[in-house]
Amino acid sequence: MEINSLKKNILEKKFGRRSFLIGASQLLLVGLLIRQIRQIQLNEAEKYKLLAEENRIDIEIMPPLRGIIFDREGIILAKNKENYRIKILRVETINLPSVLDNLSQLIKIRDERKIEIIQKLEKKRSNSSIVIAENLTWSEFKRVLVNLPSLQGIVPEVDFKRFYTQKEFLAHLLGYVGVISPKDLQRFSKNDPILQIQDFKIGKVGVEKGLDMYLRGQVGLGKFEVNASGKIIRKLGEEPSSSGKDIHLTIDANLQKFSMLRIKEYSASAVIIDLSNGGIISMASNPSYNPNKFVEGISKKDWNILLKSKNQPLANKAISGNYPPGSTFKMIVAIAALEENLINPEDIFECNGFYELEERKFHCWKYSGHGSTNLLKGIEESCDVYFYNLAERVGIDRIAKTARKFGIGVTPDLPISGISKGLIPTKKWKKNNKNQSWFTGDTLNSGIGQGFILSTPVQIAIMTARIATGLEIKPSLIKAINGIPIKHNKPISLGIKKSTLDVIRQAMFGVVNNKSGTAFNSRLINENKILAGKTGTSQIRQISEEERTKGIIKNEDLPRNQRDHALFTGYVPFTNPKFSVSVVVEHGGGGGKVAAPIARDILLYALNGALPNLQEYPAEERNKMESIINNIKREMISI
Amino acid sequence: MLYSVADGDYDKWSKPQFERFLIGFVIMLVMGFINIDFWRACAPFIYFVGVLLLLSVFFFGDYGGGAKRWLEFGSFRFQPSEIMKVGLVMFLSIYYDWLKPKNTSKLFWVIIPIIIIFLPTALIIPQPDLGTGIIIAMTGVTMMFAAGVHYFYFLIIVLLIPAFLTLLFYSRDTSWQLVTDYQFNRIDAFLNPGKDPLGVGYQITQSKIALGSGGLEGKGFMQGSQSQLDFLPYKHTDFIFTTIAEEFGFFGGVGLLLIYSTILIFCLFSAFKNRNRFGSLLTIGLSTIFFSYFFVNIAAVTGMAPVTGVPLPLISYGGSAMLVVLGTFGLIQSSHVHRLLKKD
Repeated sequence: MEINSLKKNILEKKFGRRSFLIGASQLLLVGLLIRQIRQIQLNEAEKYKLLAEENRIDIEIMPPLRGIIFDREGIILAKNKENYRIKILRVETINLPSVLDNLSQLIKIRDERKIEIIQKLEKKRSNSSIVIAENLTWSEFKRVLVNLPSLQGIVPEVDFKRFYTQKEFLAHLLGYVGVISPKDLQRFSKNDPILQIQDFKIGKVGVEKGLDMYLRGQVGLGKFEVNASGKIIRKLGEEPSSSGKDIHLTIDANLQKFSMLRIKEYSASAVIIDLSNGGIISMASNPSYNPNKFVEGISKKDWNILLKSKNQPLANKAISGNYPPGSTFKMIVAIAALEENLINPEDIFECNGFYELEERKFHCWKYSGHGSTNLLKGIEESCDVYFYNLAERVGIDRIAKTARKFGIGVTPDLPISGISKGLIPTKKWKKNNKNQSWFTGDTLNSGIGQGFILSTPVQIAIMTARIATGLEIKPSLIKAINGIPIKHNKPISLGIKKSTLDVIRQAMFGVVNNKSGTAFNSRLINENKILAGKTGTSQIRQISEEERTKGIIKNEDLPRNQRDHALFTGYVPFTNPKFSVSVVVEHGGGGGKVAAPIARDILLYALNGALPNLQEYPAEERNKMESIINNIKREMISI
Repeated sequence: MLYSVADGDYDKWSKPQFERFLIGFVIMLVMGFINIDFWRACAPFIYFVGVLLLLSVFFFGDYGGGAKRWLEFGSFRFQPSEIMKVGLVMFLSIYYDWLKPKNTSKLFWVIIPIIIIFLPTALIIPQPDLGTGIIIAMTGVTMMFAAGVHYFYFLIIVLLIPAFLTLLFYSRDTSWQLVTDYQFNRIDAFLNPGKDPLGVGYQITQSKIALGSGGLEGKGFMQGSQSQLDFLPYKHTDFIFTTIAEEFGFFGGVGLLLIYSTILIFCLFSAFKNRNRFGSLLTIGLSTIFFSYFFVNIAAVTGMAPVTGVPLPLISYGGSAMLVVLGTFGLIQSSHVHRLLKKD
């Protein structure tokens, strides 16, 4: 019995030891758990708190509204129009094909588009979204809204889309907006929140690009609490976006429309500058395109048509077109000569139809010659031989200096993309670029605005503005930003002698108003609206000696792309200049015949603020003008 | 806690759970008053019923959460493996109660309990339920240890573990793979949760974020962003500890562990004081089951062990675990109440 109880005792002791060991090791493991919890909850708490916040808070970047563009009178040129669109969220649990099938019963979705959507979405991060339909009508959008319960993952949304009210009439100047391309990325800092906005649109071309920093605005940040599936639980805070600045341009929308209609049948451009402040009130370039197509994403087909079109509808010819200024350049040569006291206006040069330089003949456009020619006659009748003489006397360096002073070969400071500098050649330029020394023949060609010289229509309009005022008129496009007018410094004097300018102006008066002037047909008879100007016919082909003896082929008989460019530049009114103009009609033929009437009509519209009155034209022009004006009138009303 | 994770909806999880708790509590009390000898008599029966049920799961079981663990009787679904745990402990208790102490460490008398343990383990692991299988095996081994089997045998087991693990990983992607791909994925996620933060590792990562962001004092009742905003998976079942620790912080989590430990210590004392060998072995075994529940659960949600789908005792939403835990408490109470009762 005692042994038994002893045995029992040993057994109990053993069990006690063993159970103590079990208990101790279990408590040790609990201790390990506590250690691990302490590690996570106390030592690493900060890290995990941050991660929990990242989980919980979703920052949404809210795009700013783009600034509105107005014309000088407050007519809206570019605005933001509601765009009803539908997005789809990437959520693993939804059955995409069936949702899309349901959706396609409400709005039209092509089958290929469905496949494309599914493929695109699969590449996306969870809870991110892609746009599946845009520009829906209100009734389509409403249908989707009503049926939303059966459309899992579909998010209807209203955003804003740029809309250009003037369509083709102001396409080049305004340009358009588009999504950020890899090329545009250079313009952004890497962390710019704008880059995170899906399909954010920036200015790509024209004023939209040039003034993008004003128009774009500041993004807003919305802080939302979201759950694991990305659903917004509540708004935590908001830093609202600030919309872009509204811009009033110097453009006059009606004049612009008139200009575009007036050059409708040509590949041409026309620029008008308001001489009181340098504001460009119209900048027309034809052919044109509808910028709204670019906002919606232009189709490949339409894009190719625009690209391949031979008259370059995408180019803003008024600022990017490089043309030899032709005879419109003769004022520059004359001013250089007069300023340097190299001639008197009365000095006579004989024109026999050509100028001989080292056995090479430089021809006048008039085969028979102009006879005795002074400065006034030289400009009025645009005698080339007179200006060969002048150019040789003045030399290219002085010509170049004067040209730059008047804005030729100088990039105008305008907030618009695609501006060309033009080209004023010098000896150094020819050495560097052609690896040839400068010949006197080059100077002669420059004297009549041919050869290497290139200028843009806006430069020619600036030149005429400066001749008309004697001031260093600087072109501008912005009238006001956010309603606050832009203050321009009063233009300074060019420092050209009044006598010089008077002679040039007198000559330009003669071009239009003397019977022998090259633009006599385009004169205006109202004495308060007298037009002064200069024609130019810039030759783009070599005329051989043989052709000259046989008789130069008329422009009408040449293939179109070999015909001369027709130019005209001028200002009104002669006594109290208000506007300057330049018109370039590509392959238009004679400047006096084609370009001058266009310039006259546009200036008349600018002066009147309305369609030209027939009484302002000379009697012989009225019949022709009546039909032109009536056509334009009809089209302006119908738009 | 269930009220909190149900976003303040009492009816969703709290109410049925509370009802179950009441039923379980009554069962526990009734079981506690029933004589220990009755339970002794039941023991082999419960063990073999458990084995039979596991066999039927093997053939007719229901799938739930990717595994075949459930048996369905009408609208009542339960996991036989839960019953098996209790059955095993009871069966081993009567075995060692019956066995003459001097035979305890003899090889033949050691192999018999190993077979008793191996049978249910082998049926549970392929369900697949590696966690419960290991818990069952460990519980059995613990009981053998408590019963006084010689240290030598445990040394062998300790030495065999690395060999087994090597074999386990070596078997991967072979025709005789020891566990399923699903289980390998869980193990991968445990070893490297950052590798696939949105896939399998997501649960562990989010769970750690919830714990860590709770800090010392927690975010407050129903204020846990991780659980309230659904970042936590299985927040009302296996991951409920995370919600506790997120909302009540380090104090809350450790507090719960201390409550559990107190229960454990009580059980050990009870076992120690018990004059009845069956009762003390039963208490040790059942408290080990209780321990393994909360240890495996919390180790998993804190990233110390792979996620195995073991609930947190008395707190996770779910019927059979609740009933089993309360049932074991009933048995422990019964053996405590009858601690002075000796086998005649």
